[in-house]
Amino acid sequence: MRTLTSLILLAVIAVGIGFALTEVPFGTPKTEVGGYYLEHGREETGAANTVTSVVVGYRAFDTLGEVTVLFVAALGLGAVLAAAGGAGARREVEPASLVLRTGAILLFPLLVLFGTYIFLHGHLTPGGGFQGGAVIASACLLIYLGSRERIISRVGRTVTESLSGLAFVLIGLIGLAFSAQFLSDFLPKGTLNTLFSAGVIPLIYVAVGFKVGAELGGVIDDMVKETR
Amino acid sequence: MSFLQDYAYYIGAFGLVFIGLLIVLVQHNLIKVIIGVSIFDTGINLFLIAVGYIRNGTAPIFSRAGLEPGAMVDPVPQALVLTSIVIGVAVLALALGIAVRLYREYGTLDLRKIRELRW
Repeated sequence: MRTLTSLILLAVIAVGIGFALTEVPFGTPKTEVGGYYLEHGREETGAANTVTSVVVGYRAFDTLGEVTVLFVAALGLGAVLAAAGGAGARREVEPASLVLRTGAILLFPLLVLFGTYIFLHGHLTPGGGFQGGAVIASACLLIYLGSRERIISRVGRTVTESLSGLAFVLIGLIGLAFSAQFLSDFLPKGTLNTLFSAGVIPLIYVAVGFKVGAELGGVIDDMVKETR
Repeated sequence: MSFLQDYAYYIGAFGLVFIGLLIVLVQHNLIKVIIGVSIFDTGINLFLIAVGYIRNGTAPIFSRAGLEPGAMVDPVPQALVLTSIVIGVAVLALALGIAVRLYREYGTLDLRKIRELRW
């Protein structure tokens, strides 16, 4: 009965969406602002990657809000899991094998290096702070898979997260002091397609990378704690 | 043939959306419902990327000389989907945390047995 009702409901929604989509042709330019970003993004922000120039250049304030949403979600997860009542049923966890343990320890620095590369080159190649931060958090996950006793320092994580969030806001405030506009670009643009280009964009992405890495690491830590 | 060429990406993306919605509506296990929400999320992201595609366009990155802005896909949907993916991860983490709390409280993940969640 429930399945049938759901299927009928979904069919009605599907017909509606189908009719709406006939008005949306595939493969044609749709937003005018996209064309503007592609034409002028290089001169105005100095970033070779136009997606990055939109995310941290034109819409940097939006990204600050996005980082805040992620922060609030990580905080909420910690609060939900920590509030009232200790850990659930304790389980005996079989220790990881030698191969996994050694592999995790060997791969950890390489993964952190790769994540750093991704967020440092956010303005040149596909990638950026969020992706690099996710790679760093996966390195933390690997450590937890290798051994449950090895704990990533809580204080270090919190300090990293707070300082990088503060750095993002400070960069915005310095921009405000220079040109009466929050998050405006106060550094020279440099030459296109070199590491030291695009003004404040690499700085913001480094801060975002550290913040996302620390936050997602904290989320993994909260989840793993449930089995400890 | 031209119908498939024009709409294959939309059909694929909304196929995922409807699979996710069906899981949310039909399943009783909370973890499966959360997986459904995640599939739903992925479908919407794919749809937004498909809307931003421009025929024969390359990635919007000026990594070498000779790339013309006219022959690139729209960067705006890609930037928005980047935001959407991050928010999706945040929602997923919070939902899993609440699932852990519910399991601790009721000793089950079956939505029929958790009184406040029945529909």
